[in-house]
Amino acid sequence: ERGHGPYQPQEPGYGLYQPGYSPYDDQIPDPKSRTLAIENAKAFLLKSSTTSGLNLYDHLANMLTKILDERPTNAVDIIENISKDVKWAQFQKKMDTLRDEHEILPTFEAAEKLKALFLKANGEGDEELEEEIEETPLPNVMETAFYFEQAGIGLSKDESYHIFLALKKLISAQPIRTCRFWGKILGLEMNYIIAEVQYHEGEEEEETEEEEGTEEGGKGMGEVEDEDEKNEKEDEPPKSTYKPPPVIPKEQNGTGANKYVYFVCNEPGKPWVKLPPVTPAQIVCARKIKKFFTGRLDAPVVSFPPFPGNEANYLRAQIARISAGTHISPIGFYQFAEEEGDEEEEGGGRRDTYEENPDFQPPSVAEMVESLSTWVHHGQSILKQGRCVWFNPFQKSEEEEEEEDGEEEKGEEPDELQQEVGPPLLTPLSEDEGIQNIPAWTAQSSTNLIPQYAVAVLQSNRWPGAYAFAAGKKFDNIYFGWGHKYSPGNHAPALPPPVQAEYPSGPEITETRDPTLEEELAFKAAREEALAAAEEEEDEEDDAEDDEEEEDD
Amino acid sequence: LLLLRRDYRFQRVWFWGCVQGVRGAYYIAEGLGADRAAPRSRLYSLNCVEWSLLPPATEEMVARAEQLKGRFQGDPSFEYECTEINAEDAERLLEDGKELTIKEESRLVATIEQIDRAVGIIPRGAFVKTPLGSVHENRNFEGLSLTEAKKLSSYFHFTEPVNLKNKTLLEKADLDPSTDFLDSLEHDIPAGSWTVQVEKGGTVVVLRSLLWLGLTFYHVPLTKQYGYVYFGTGEKNLDLPFML
Repeated sequence: ERGHGPYQPQEPGYGLYQPGYSPYDDQIPDPKSRTLAIENAKAFLLKSSTTSGLNLYDHLANMLTKILDERPTNAVDIIENISKDVKWAQFQKKMDTLRDEHEILPTFEAAEKLKALFLKANGEGDEELEEEIEETPLPNVMETAFYFEQAGIGLSKDESYHIFLALKKLISAQPIRTCRFWGKILGLEMNYIIAEVQYHEGEEEEETEEEEGTEEGGKGMGEVEDEDEKNEKEDEPPKSTYKPPPVIPKEQNGTGANKYVYFVCNEPGKPWVKLPPVTPAQIVCARKIKKFFTGRLDAPVVSFPPFPGNEANYLRAQIARISAGTHISPIGFYQFAEEEGDEEEEGGGRRDTYEENPDFQPPSVAEMVESLSTWVHHGQSILKQGRCVWFNPFQKSEEEEEEEDGEEEKGEEPDELQQEVGPPLLTPLSEDEGIQNIPAWTAQSSTNLIPQYAVAVLQSNRWPGAYAFAAGKKFDNIYFGWGHKYSPGNHAPALPPPVQAEYPSGPEITETRDPTLEEELAFKAAREEALAAAEEEEDEEDDAEDDEEEEDD
Repeated sequence: LLLLRRDYRFQRVWFWGCVQGVRGAYYIAEGLGADRAAPRSRLYSLNCVEWSLLPPATEEMVARAEQLKGRFQGDPSFEYECTEINAEDAERLLEDGKELTIKEESRLVATIEQIDRAVGIIPRGAFVKTPLGSVHENRNFEGLSLTEAKKLSSYFHFTEPVNLKNKTLLEKADLDPSTDFLDSLEHDIPAGSWTVQVEKGGTVVVLRSLLWLGLTFYHVPLTKQYGYVYFGTGEKNLDLPFML
């Protein structure tokens, strides 16, 4: 506003104007029309908008204030955006209460859970502290994470630490002898964090008893059904001769594929859930399907062939396969325990147990990287049957043999299954077969620049996401991935089996073409010839027939 | 990477990711000039110290590389043999004087191009298109809110839009032409090929692609931080429809 601007020489009041001395200072001077226009303009700007309750004057003032405060470059280019932001800011204040309530839910809840991890359990005495320090089954997750980080694998430090605390909580809740962070499996909605534990001996008896009870009940039913079949009358529609393949029992907890018990949680801080032991049928089926995990343990697995179980079982089966295929250690770390007993019972000298070798001398990192024979599997491999130790389903136990003496078996005799033999425990990795022309493992040293502190790292090519490292006497395996095996070709789901034949087809049921007229005539002519020939021979045959009748009697 | 930026006079250089081969890994970096939508220059390195420029991807390269399956070898001069071409193509190629082998470098270029085209994503509003047609970063982009960040429709593919024109007029009316000039993720086929996860109690949103396993996109809501990186074997997940 010009207001009391400098007066032109020709205007009245030119010489009279001195700041502070003019008699007209307190009055609006001559450019009355201009000031009136200004006032009108200002009044217009101050007019509130009917829709939003703002007025342009305040809005422009806010905008200019913001620009002058923030001094963005090229303000003229983004002036519209600034205007929009200012308007938006107005609304934010009004909806503050709503917004706060909304944001409390996800972020703060998660923080609460994590805080719970950090609190110590109640009632810890001094004695317990001492025990913890001496022998704790808790693995040193941070140390392992450090070594893996050298190789470029791992989770963030925050997450590792949270997992550490979550494992500690798990240990204090369950009677656990050894515990290990197995890895993380990614899922669609949520991820799984998996811990591999072994219970103290004797802790698992309750569960096995219950399961044996159900198995016996199942066998009882089977016997009753057999008897019914023998009593069937011929009027009834033919019973199907379909015998489902015998159910292969799962391995005992603590051996073979069920050697370890696995606990999962979606995030550190959430409660740990125990995964059920795995059955061979589940492993066999898991080999045929390829599905993403959703992150919810009770989700159904919809696939063909139908998977017996829900996502918890599928997860357990994949964990079992990955463990069997990728758990490795430097050669010599584990050695076979000396056995006094027979090796014959175990079917050919398989050794199931191993223990740490106290005299372990670690090979150097360079050696571990160069050749794969310095590493061995300590996870027992799973046979095609789905178990680690082969089970002959047709081998009758002693009791059954006594009952069935003298009875005929119904239906066809099942073929004898070949005994399946897998690679024995502690085989070196050089025996692993690759996929097409890719070796099964890729070995790298973590750094070429500092060989003294380098770590040997192995990546599995068969299970992408499985890593193992070794540095001196320390080693570990871990898995970060989606939980699927690598297949170079595409996954082709099994086709449904062909439709079963409803009835056996034989000559009496099958239709044949009716003979045509010519064929009939030809047949008739042939028959007459035969009759004529037969009459000639009858005389000769009469003697022969008499002889035969005498023999029959 | 800073030295790279100086040498090649890029305005922005970033680490694109790592393609793991059987014998070694390729580290990839991308650089851009002023126009963000221009074809990007890509560089690769085996040890993150010495970088080599990759040739730009041509359609033909991409088509041929799609036929190759299996892992990368880790050696840039490795040559693949095209075993799956039928007789007609083979004759045609021989007539043109081209070889039947593809170098791993070309396969690398083609794969990166495919990944960028298929799953290179940005949050909505991060880039604006000026009326002149060039694409710039939006300096007013303050980040998506948490609710917005959980929706697939707030993310766009950073490539030429394919589906945009097919939208009904009603939908188009809602779009803001300066920010909505790209395809959103909602209509990706097959549905569900992205997983959206919120980590650390809502402080970070992570999207993972299931089509190219290993592509991870992150965004911290209400800040300008976002980005994507690829760590994987460089193979498309063709089993995706079976796995969902």
